[in-house]
Amino acid sequence: MGQITLQGVQKSFGPVHIIKGADLDISDGSFVVFVGPSGCGKTTLLRLIAGLEDVSGGKILIDGKNVVDTPPAKRGLSMVFQSYALYPHMSVRGNIGFGLKMAGLPKDEINRKVEAAAATLNLTPYLDRKPRELSGGQRQRVAIGRAIVREPKAFLFDEPLSNLDAALRVQMRIEVTRLQKQLGTTAIYVTHDQVEAMTMADKIVVLNSGKIEQYGSPLELYEKPANLFVAGFIGSPKMNFVTGELALQRGAATIGVRPEHLRIERDGGGGWQGTIAVAEHLGSDTFLYVDAGPLGMLTARYIGELSLHAGDRVSLLPDPARIHRFDASGNALRG
Amino acid sequence: MATRQTQLLARSLLTPAVGLLFIWMIVPLALTLYFSTLHYSLLDPGSEAFVGLENFRYFLSDPAFLASLQNTLVLVGSVLALTILLGIPLALLMDQPVIGRNMVRLMVIAPFFVMPTVSALVWKNLLMHPVSGLFAWLAQLFHLTPIDWFNDVPLFAVILIVAWQWLPFATLILLTALQSLDEEQKEAAEMDGASAVSTFIYITLPHLARPITVVILIETIFLLTVFAEIFVTTGGGPGLQTTNIAFLIYSQALIQFDVGTASAGGLVAVVIANIVAFFLVRIVGRNLEA
Repeated sequence: MGQITLQGVQKSFGPVHIIKGADLDISDGSFVVFVGPSGCGKTTLLRLIAGLEDVSGGKILIDGKNVVDTPPAKRGLSMVFQSYALYPHMSVRGNIGFGLKMAGLPKDEINRKVEAAAATLNLTPYLDRKPRELSGGQRQRVAIGRAIVREPKAFLFDEPLSNLDAALRVQMRIEVTRLQKQLGTTAIYVTHDQVEAMTMADKIVVLNSGKIEQYGSPLELYEKPANLFVAGFIGSPKMNFVTGELALQRGAATIGVRPEHLRIERDGGGGWQGTIAVAEHLGSDTFLYVDAGPLGMLTARYIGELSLHAGDRVSLLPDPARIHRFDASGNALRG
Repeated sequence: MATRQTQLLARSLLTPAVGLLFIWMIVPLALTLYFSTLHYSLLDPGSEAFVGLENFRYFLSDPAFLASLQNTLVLVGSVLALTILLGIPLALLMDQPVIGRNMVRLMVIAPFFVMPTVSALVWKNLLMHPVSGLFAWLAQLFHLTPIDWFNDVPLFAVILIVAWQWLPFATLILLTALQSLDEEQKEAAEMDGASAVSTFIYITLPHLARPITVVILIETIFLLTVFAEIFVTTGGGPGLQTTNIAFLIYSQALIQFDVGTASAGGLVAVVIANIVAFFLVRIVGRNLEA
C-alpha cells in the first residue's frame, strides 16, 4: 500500500516561505508528477515527503499515519536522486543491497533480492562493476535498482533523467513508466520538463511559487486549465493569450487559444490577420510565428507541411469551442 | 601541446631548470658518496685516507644504529597513528556548521605554523617541565606526582610534541576531503536506513581512504627526519632513548666529528627512506589509483 496524503504542508527557510500550504491526495499505485518552473518548490515538497527536510506546518500521511516526526528510513519510501548518488567504492551489487544490509537481512536473502532487481533492470552482467565503470544510463538503472529492491510503499524521483542525453531520456522515460506499472507501486516524480510530465503521469501537480496551481490528469490540465499559469505552462508551443476588446466581447479579461486550435488560411479577410515573422518547417509540423499587429505575436501550428514563408499574410481562425476564458485575476471562467 | 614543435620548445625551455636542479642534487650526493669512503675526522685534519666500505661497516655494526632505527620507526608509526586517529574526529567536528567556524579552523591550523624549535621549547619549558610546567601543576592539583616527561617517558614526550605539530596537517587534508563528499550520497544512505555510525563506516571512511593515504605518505617523508624537537628537548637521551637516525648522523658528524661515518650514515638513511617508501606505496599506494 502506498497512499500519500498532504494536509496543509508548509515549509519555510527563515522568513522565506517555500511551500505555502499544500493539500494533495495521492492514491495507491498512481504515478504522480510534480512539475513547475525552477524555484517553484517541487523538489522541496518531494524532500518533505521523503523526510530529508522537516515540515514547518501541516501533516504528511502515509497509509493514514502521520509521518512528520518519522525518520526517512522508517517511512518506507525510496528515492532516486538527480545525481544518482551511487556509493562510488561499492560494486553495483553493494549499491543495490546496501539498504537491505542496513535493515539486517541475511546475506543469501540480500543476494536473491539484488539479483532479482538486477534481472528486472538488465543489470546482471554488471553486478560486480563499480559505478565509475558504467555508462550514464546504467548508473541510472542502478539508482532505480537501489530503490525497487527495498519494495517501498512509494518511489520518489528527483529529476532522475535530467543528466541523460535526449535519446536516452526518451528510452528511460518509457522504461520507468513500464516498471512502475509492472510493480504497481506509487511513484512521485519531480521534473521541470512538461513533456516528461504529460507522457509519464497518471496525474500531474502543477506548482508555482510554492502553491499547487492544479492537480489533475494530463488531458484535464490540457483541456481545462484552472488558470493562466497552468494554461501557459502545459502544452508546447505555449498557448496564445489575447487581451483587450476581443476578450471583452467574450466576457473575459483574457482569452487563450492553443496554437493547434488556430486554423490557418491564406489572407482572405476574417479571423485574426497578421504577417508571418518566422516559419518553422519540421516536416511533421509547421509552426508559424505571426505578427498580428495589436494582438501581439501569435503562434500557430499546422499538422503536416504548409508552404507558407516569412512575410506572407495569413488569417488565423480560432476554433470557438477551444477558446479558454480567464477573469482579471487569471482564473478560468467556465460555461 | 602535443605537436612536435611545441614538444621541442617545451623541452628546450625546461632544460635550464632541470639542469640546475640536477646539479643542485648531484653535487651533494656525489660529495657524500666520496666522503663516505674516506677516513675523515675533524679532530685529526690532514689524515684523510681511502678506507673503502669501512665507514659503512662501522656505522651498521654500531649498537646505536639498531636502537635509533627502532626509535625512528616507533616515532613515525606513533605520530602517524595519533594524527590520523585524532585528525578524523577533529575534521568531522570542523565539518559541522558551528558559530565561528572560520576562527576555529584558524586556531586548529596554527600549530603547523610554529617553528619546530619554538614548539619544542614551549613544550619543554612551559608544558612538560616537571617543576614549573602546566602538566606538573595540573598533576599537583589532583595530588598526583608530576611526571618528569623527558626522563621517565622521553620518546613518548617527543612523540606528543611532533604529533601536536602534525595534527593540523592531517586534520586539514581530511577536512577538505570531507567537504567534497557528495551531500546526496549521505542522504541516499539516510534513505537506505544507515545510522550515523554505519554512514561513517560505509560512506565517509571509504571516501577518506585516499586523503588518509596522502597524509601517511607526506607525513612519513617528514617524520623520518625529525631533528629539531629531539635536539631541543632531550638531545637524543637519556642514553639512546630518543636518538633517531637523523640525530645519530648529527652526533657522528658534529659530536664525534667523524664526517666519514656520518656520510655513510646519511647514505644508509637514504636507503632506509627508500625501503619505507617502497613498502608504503605497496600497502597504501593503491588507494591513489583513480
